[in-house]
Amino acid sequence: MAVFHLNVNGKRYEVDVDPSTPILWVLRDHLNLVGTKYGCGIAQCGACTIHLGDAAVRSCILPVSQVGTQPITTIEGLSANGDHPLQRAWIEHDVPQCGYCQAGQIMNAAALLKANPHPTDEEIEAAMNGNLCRCGTYTRIKAAIKSVAKR
Amino acid sequence: MTLVKTKYGRRSFIKTTVLASGGMLLGFSWLAGCRPSGQESATEWPDEWFEINGFIKIGDNGLVTIMSPNPEIGQNVKTSMPMIVAEELDVDWKQVVVEQAPLNTEIFTRQLAGGSQSIRQGWHSLRMAGATARQLLRQAAAQAWQVPLEEVKTQAGTLKHTPSGRTAGYGTFAAAAARLPIPEEVPLKDPKDFRIIGTSRKNVDGNKIVTGEPLFGIDYRRDGMLIAMIAHAPAFGMKLESLDAEVARRMPGIVDVFTIKTFADDYERQWCDTAAFNELVAVVGQTTWQVWQAKKALRIKWAPVAELESSSLHRARMRAMASQPAQVLRRDGNPEAMFRKAARIIERTYTAPFLAHNTLEPMNFFAHVTEERAELVGPTQTPEFMEKTLAARLGMPLEKIDIQMTRQGGGFGRRLYGHFMVEAALISKKVQAPVKLIYTREDDMSFGNYRPAYYATYRAALDENNQLLAFHVCAGGIPESPLFPNRFPAGAIDHYLAESWSVDSNISIGAWRAPRSNFIAGAEQAFLDELAEAMGQDPIEFRLALLERAKNDPVGADNDYDPARYAGVLELVRQKSDWGKALPEGIGRGVAAYYCHNSYVAQVVDLRIDAGKPIIENVCCAVDCGLVVNPDAAANMVEGGTVDGIGHALYSELSFRDGAPEQTNFDRYRLIRHSEAPKNIEVHFVDSHEHPTGLGEPPLPPVMGALANAIYRATGQRVYHQPFIKHHPLLG
Repeated sequence: MAVFHLNVNGKRYEVDVDPSTPILWVLRDHLNLVGTKYGCGIAQCGACTIHLGDAAVRSCILPVSQVGTQPITTIEGLSANGDHPLQRAWIEHDVPQCGYCQAGQIMNAAALLKANPHPTDEEIEAAMNGNLCRCGTYTRIKAAIKSVAKR
Repeated sequence: MTLVKTKYGRRSFIKTTVLASGGMLLGFSWLAGCRPSGQESATEWPDEWFEINGFIKIGDNGLVTIMSPNPEIGQNVKTSMPMIVAEELDVDWKQVVVEQAPLNTEIFTRQLAGGSQSIRQGWHSLRMAGATARQLLRQAAAQAWQVPLEEVKTQAGTLKHTPSGRTAGYGTFAAAAARLPIPEEVPLKDPKDFRIIGTSRKNVDGNKIVTGEPLFGIDYRRDGMLIAMIAHAPAFGMKLESLDAEVARRMPGIVDVFTIKTFADDYERQWCDTAAFNELVAVVGQTTWQVWQAKKALRIKWAPVAELESSSLHRARMRAMASQPAQVLRRDGNPEAMFRKAARIIERTYTAPFLAHNTLEPMNFFAHVTEERAELVGPTQTPEFMEKTLAARLGMPLEKIDIQMTRQGGGFGRRLYGHFMVEAALISKKVQAPVKLIYTREDDMSFGNYRPAYYATYRAALDENNQLLAFHVCAGGIPESPLFPNRFPAGAIDHYLAESWSVDSNISIGAWRAPRSNFIAGAEQAFLDELAEAMGQDPIEFRLALLERAKNDPVGADNDYDPARYAGVLELVRQKSDWGKALPEGIGRGVAAYYCHNSYVAQVVDLRIDAGKPIIENVCCAVDCGLVVNPDAAANMVEGGTVDGIGHALYSELSFRDGAPEQTNFDRYRLIRHSEAPKNIEVHFVDSHEHPTGLGEPPLPPVMGALANAIYRATGQRVYHQPFIKHHPLLG
């Protein structure tokens, strides 16, 4: 066990955990931030996507010991009132079915648009390819992203 | 307006007396209500709630809570079922809060997610719940105003007496309405007066989903809660021999390691008790990561106790079975004689592998079992049946078992089989603490109740003029047959034979989105396409002619479809897809249609092949599910089923070697991804006032056929074996 100081959604946290613990489980079990989902544990489904700085990362394979001082943003901290343009677009397009993968989809899309505010269809597909949706909401996800990218 | 006997007595509409201390203060508990997304509610939280019946509570300020009875697995019943109640209650949707009901067999019927039946079977009781509450409110107002009941009208949450000009919100009379006896009969709205049903309403959990609020079973927590994981045999046909947990037990945070037996040896299992691995190792500790690490440190010996099957063996067994006489499930006319005299016989064989459910939220459940009661919270599609299983296993009466349903990260049939609820309960009982059991993805994929492996051979006899003489299907699978002997084209062909077979297996199977249809539809629709081509006919005209025959002069009496509605979706898809138009170079277009789970779906797929990669440009869907309750959400379901069907037919496979699945996570198990999904999906509904039916399953089966037919048109080569990407020479 070791003590780590984390900056999550603009707040300071101190956790005492095994250094190998993926940040996903620190968020879920220790900080009670459960919006970030477990789906595969091997960075293949994208349900656990968070931002480390501005980059989208898979929190299920990122040990807490590697985070350092980089700020973490989770779905809970993406916007103050759930009003990030992508969150609004997700509601507008009524994207979710079961909803389980959607936090990861939104976090991944948010990082994409921050780096590339006007992506092509191909760039959206390439950037989003690591995020699985078993319900098959892909067409709505893309429509929601495009509606924000157009603005 | 029609008057309908309530039929529902006090047992169904239990009314609680108003609590002395300010009514029923509900507040937002963990599982409690949510206001519909995407709209601001004009009303603040009330001081007092009055329970009108088991479905409806009305606040003193007019806010309405509607209980959603059925499990929400992504089919959106948590929005559409309350919409039906709200319609008959005649309330403004903005004044509605939706709350997930717990399992309560006293109030609700069929709290189950399966067979695309929630809307179809819930329709009447949901309407009656709303209509009864509306009637009670009108009665309360009529009494208070001393006017005839007929003169009290409602409009969007307001009671009105026009002659005297009096109006009042529902909240004003909620207390009085809650004290009235249930009326003998109540008026139901004329569908032409619907103002909520038939309009698109956003997912009521939408805001919570996009902001990451706790919603799902895996998100549930309780003070003092421990985390549990299980280890199961690595292969079907193996069982636990010995456990050495010395290392694991000493690891940080670990509370206990022990074995459990999910079902007792003398227990007679229900249909929902399927679980191949009955003896498990349970690891319990403080945090998920600690428990996971200890699970990895277990030293377990597993011993083979039955045959360890492999996919190569399955294929050999299926080929052998297919060449033998099978069980005849339907014979019309004299198909054997027709095949003997045929000028030409077309015979094609179609296969598909086992599939895992792969709900993105793995199996999990919270349990807290004490001497007094058992409390369970989590994702289940079948709480009512599992309550009985839990009662038997824990030796407790049903009333001591409390099951609450969370939102569920997918179901697709997997959560019908609730062995993980029993496992969580047994673990909680042993450690005497609240426990949340979590499966890893590998546990989830390798401890499945899978879609079976299937095999179907179709034969058609043609005369010298290329006219269809007879039709023969012989289908089977491991361990069940996909055959529906009375579905189309049965009823449309004079000489018809349907045969079935199956091969036993140690691999456990279960309902997987549109069971059996999820294979046989695609096979049948691909064969009909090839048959139409051989007969020189347009694939839609060919089907319509058969349906015309089934409508005017059906063969046999047991045909499982309405030919007119079946033809209706084909005609609609023909029109909407502009069937027959010239297509751009390289585009292949395929059509299919199917009827299952009470709804009709036809699809036209347009695709091209780019360097071996299928690019699905467009899917045009025509759907007849009767009256459409929530059109945009219904379209979402059709889009999802379409993507899911295309994905599984093209890419997915669970293969076995020595009893073990060869894919246990998404690195090797391929699910369709963003770049592979259709670029566009159009959904068109048949304008209908028929009884509404479901959409969770019907859009999936036919698209597999439409896809296969489009691949043929684009490549010139037909594909008979799923996953297509692996078996078509020009793909991959």
